[in-house]
Amino acid sequence: MINLYPGTPQEILRPAKTGFIVATLVAALLLNLLPWSGWGLWVRPDFVALVLLYWCIDQPRKIGFGIAWVLGLLMDVADGSLFGQHALAYTIVAFAGIVLHRRVQRFSMTPQALHVVPLLLLNDLIVLLIRLAAGSDYPGYWYFLGSVIGGLLWPALSFLLKLPQRPRYDPDHA
Amino acid sequence: MEHTPPPFFKTGVSPRARLLIFSVLSLSLLIADARYQYLESLRQVAAVIIYPLQRIAAAPMSLARRAGDFFVTHASLREENAQLRQDHLAAAAKAQQARALESENAHLRTLLDVRQRLQDRSTLAEVLYVARDPFSRRIVIDKGAQHALRNGHPVIDSAGVVGQVTRVYPLLSEVTLITDKGHLVPVLNVRSGLRSVLAGTGVQGALELQFAPLNADVKKGDQLVTSGIDGIYPAGLPVAEVIAIEHNPALMFAKVTCRPLGNVGSHARVFVVHAAADLPPRPVEEAEKVPRGRKGSKGGKGG
Repeated sequence: MINLYPGTPQEILRPAKTGFIVATLVAALLLNLLPWSGWGLWVRPDFVALVLLYWCIDQPRKIGFGIAWVLGLLMDVADGSLFGQHALAYTIVAFAGIVLHRRVQRFSMTPQALHVVPLLLLNDLIVLLIRLAAGSDYPGYWYFLGSVIGGLLWPALSFLLKLPQRPRYDPDHA
Repeated sequence: MEHTPPPFFKTGVSPRARLLIFSVLSLSLLIADARYQYLESLRQVAAVIIYPLQRIAAAPMSLARRAGDFFVTHASLREENAQLRQDHLAAAAKAQQARALESENAHLRTLLDVRQRLQDRSTLAEVLYVARDPFSRRIVIDKGAQHALRNGHPVIDSAGVVGQVTRVYPLLSEVTLITDKGHLVPVLNVRSGLRSVLAGTGVQGALELQFAPLNADVKKGDQLVTSGIDGIYPAGLPVAEVIAIEHNPALMFAKVTCRPLGNVGSHARVFVVHAAADLPPRPVEEAEKVPRGRKGSKGGKGG
């Protein structure tokens, strides 16, 4: 489990509810579907990849390749892009998250974010390579900005998604 | 995984094998979609699943837009009203002329035994969102196959051509904008009558006239309208205006940059024209004489 406050005793978290995981993934999908345009399009991180990666690292037994793949297909339909490009990218990101989860969980927030950014960049890179192979133009370095922003959002996201798992403060047993 | 779990902790197929399975699945989907277009039915199903989410995500924007419509000031309404009345007068005068011309035109066409141009129906559609894809220029509108939209229907706004419908879902459709890279519109220069093909560049607000000879009669400020020879865009819709011509002797063609007249990329509502693409059949005998490799100009890359 992640120790938010190094030096203090670590909290024992309650198990994550499956319903909550699904709800956060749907919320991430909604965030991705918002009508981003102009600059927003460039600074927007891929929320689905971000939340998916979080759950793959935090609950690798509850979430896996199947969900990643289906989410990718839904993103492909929403974007009207070639079928399977987001599916492939999310599958590989989920794999990386599941393989690295023991390692990443040991770190505090900043090194965790440093682990996450390359994985998000990998996600972008896979989509980019498929688009280039399909005959699109290179969109410029700005394309990768969203992933860096995603890394910056990681601590906040991690704090938010961990809230329901925090033990309730019980005054009788304080 | 660095170590294999003991047999009583078996968790099924290893992540590496799963990665392989899902990657192969994705890749085969990619190839099937890119090469053979087999997956349109699967796409339709997924589109219906994701439709409520799309509507919810687009709701804040349309709510804000509606709220903005509601809170207009009295003064701006009066001003707009006066302006509209003036426009109406001007338009009425033009409409009378047009009616006369129309009847004259119809008469002439019957005389010349030319096919009557169809009165095209059109549907007002609201733009749900701009496709969140930095690679292509597309918008998604809130009318689909249920509203009789079909692939290839041209999309216009009050000022000119915006794009064409390239993928139809039951309740939504995707519109490829004319600025999308690889999107072609056959156009006619109003001043000189020169026919050419206008291509999108993938950059917002920039179009390029393709294959314009160095000595072509093109001037800055020329208006380009659809020529109608593709059977997709009806003839005579304003498309773009020439903003720069660059003659580079090293190249075979002049580089003619144009600006779209329609408000491409930033609108709330657009019109979809139900253009009936009924062209006369291709002359068979002549088609064989045409040397191979020459392709007829097409209005777009199609669905």
